Amino acid sequence: MNTTIKGSIEQRTLIAMLSKSELESMARRCRVEICKMTHRAKAGHPGGSLSEIDILVALYGNYLSVKPDQPKWSDRDRFILSKGHASPGMYAILSEIGFIENQDLESYRVKGGICQGHVDMKWTPGVDFSAGSLGMGLSFGIGCALAAQLDESERQIYVMLGDGELQEGSIWEAAMAAAHHELGNLNVFVDRNNIQNDDFCIEQMRMFDIPSKWISFGWHVKEINGHDMEEICSGIEWMKQNKDGPSVIIANTVKGKGVSFMENNPQFHGAAPNDEQLALALEELGVIQ
Amino acid sequence: MTRMAATRDGYGQALLDLASNEKVVVLEADLGKSTKSLHFRKAYPERTFSFGIGEQNMMLGAAGLASSGYIPFASTFAIFTERGFEQVRNGIARPNLSVHLCGSHGGVHTGTDGSSAQSIEDLAIYRTLPNMTILHPCDDVSTRLLTIQLADHDGPSYTRTARNSTPVIYDGREDEIVIGKGIVVNDGNDVAIFACGVALHEAVKACHQLEQEGISVAVIDMHTIKPLDIDMVNKYAEKCGAIVTAEDHSVIGGLGSAIAEHLVKENPTPMEMIGVQDRFGESAQAHEMLELMGITHKDIANACQKVMTRKN
Ligand SMILES: Cc1ncc(C[n+]2csc(CCOP(=O)(O)OP(=O)(O)O)c2C)c(N)n1
Repeated sequence: MNTTIKGSIEQRTLIAMLSKSELESMARRCRVEICKMTHRAKAGHPGGSLSEIDILVALYGNYLSVKPDQPKWSDRDRFILSKGHASPGMYAILSEIGFIENQDLESYRVKGGICQGHVDMKWTPGVDFSAGSLGMGLSFGIGCALAAQLDESERQIYVMLGDGELQEGSIWEAAMAAAHHELGNLNVFVDRNNIQNDDFCIEQMRMFDIPSKWISFGWHVKEINGHDMEEICSGIEWMKQNKDGPSVIIANTVKGKGVSFMENNPQFHGAAPNDEQLALALEELGVIQ
Repeated sequence: MTRMAATRDGYGQALLDLASNEKVVVLEADLGKSTKSLHFRKAYPERTFSFGIGEQNMMLGAAGLASSGYIPFASTFAIFTERGFEQVRNGIARPNLSVHLCGSHGGVHTGTDGSSAQSIEDLAIYRTLPNMTILHPCDDVSTRLLTIQLADHDGPSYTRTARNSTPVIYDGREDEIVIGKGIVVNDGNDVAIFACGVALHEAVKACHQLEQEGISVAVIDMHTIKPLDIDMVNKYAEKCGAIVTAEDHSVIGGLGSAIAEHLVKENPTPMEMIGVQDRFGESAQAHEMLELMGITHKDIANACQKVMTRKN
């Protein structure tokens, strides 16, 4: 028997939209949790979590059709965090939306905890893809998008890529395939924070004109400020309207956004704040201590 | 007090030691800070090539350099070398090009990064490739010396290093370290433990524990998994008549398998294999991971007791 639930359009628009300032407060709370999680674990990836978080908040806050009490609902929209090291951002939003408890955030990188070092669909409710190895999420997204089309479902597939991640050849195999298959339900964000693991992207591997690359691969392409909620929301709406082929938003972001000493600092790609730095970060994020 | 160091630091140091050979070149895939090739990059930027986050490309770039008379040392995390496995198979091992790969952060000992980063199959997959030499040293001294020897080694190699610090055992014993030769760390008669990498230190602890119980234990550091030191394996199979292998790697295809595959043909000997039992890892501290996976000195000691009951 085919047990697939077909999503109706009505169901998918039945979301009470959060206002710009509500989204911004949610993002601020997530930033606080990102700093706390990595500090507690004395490890992890704050930089890329802080750069992506505004987009995650807008998506989960206003657009994703998901059911936190039914994380495996088969007709849910999918969100694939391909840059799976930026898991603190993912866990922060999952706890805001109610897939996991706030207290679960304490299990980040802890033995037996549901919040693994890299996002893992086997461990965390609401996680749609087990990442950690870069360059894999877009191909997985193609599979999800093809399945949605076979199911004649309106569900949308969103994929978050890092800009360093674009250096993986597999991304471009996937980019070609998505355009070939005219996957209008596939929507990609590139978190262009200009920093990767060892250093700035221009030092590690120059990527030249990123938007033109996607255009030449046959994608709908738009550039936005990835920290401006209005631009993010209108960008998502633009993506959903593109039904004849895949869309990519190049989101210009700041690695470590929101914490002055982490901003644009390659050191905070994969290093946690110490006690002093955490206190400073929380102060900057407006936490009264 | 015992000096502590990570094997990846031995790799970084070796590259600097090798720099006087102008044919030595270094390749990176955005993990040089972690694999420790960054020291070479800083000192010799003109001989260091960044391939970005593009492991497959790096493998074949290294092959091209090797075919042109250079001696490439390419590193990334152990797990991400696997991304380029077929490139290694067809582009490096098949034409027998002297490309030296280093996979750091191998094994579950890598810790809280979790299962996606914990390579537990690297030794097994590279071992299947003809021409490949496979190294998995246990301290920074042996890593340094073995890496230096690789520069004169004919054919491709894969060296696995680890992220975290472990005791250094070869300070002052540099002469004993030779590719392809196991090292007797402790001699004994009742049972022989063959170990590599971080598991060697657990084996040494197990040995001390068992010796207090009056059991005579041999511990052999098999830093070279391939070619296997067959003479050493035969000698201790005969001498002890019971063998335990220990590795931070799947029990499928690693050191334990290599020894079993050999012994079953020439000298069947009761064996127990300590390693990851056909499962994936997860996030936890290094020592917690060894407990969870059953790779501690206690597990090794228990395996020794067990295998001795099966002696002929
Ligand atoms: C295949 C693969 N190679 C290497 C790594 C190690 N690694 C983890 S994060 C990272 C840098 C990622 O940079 P980017 O995609 O720009 O992410 P962001 O800056 O958004 O955190 C690297 C090289 C990996 N996870 N996967």
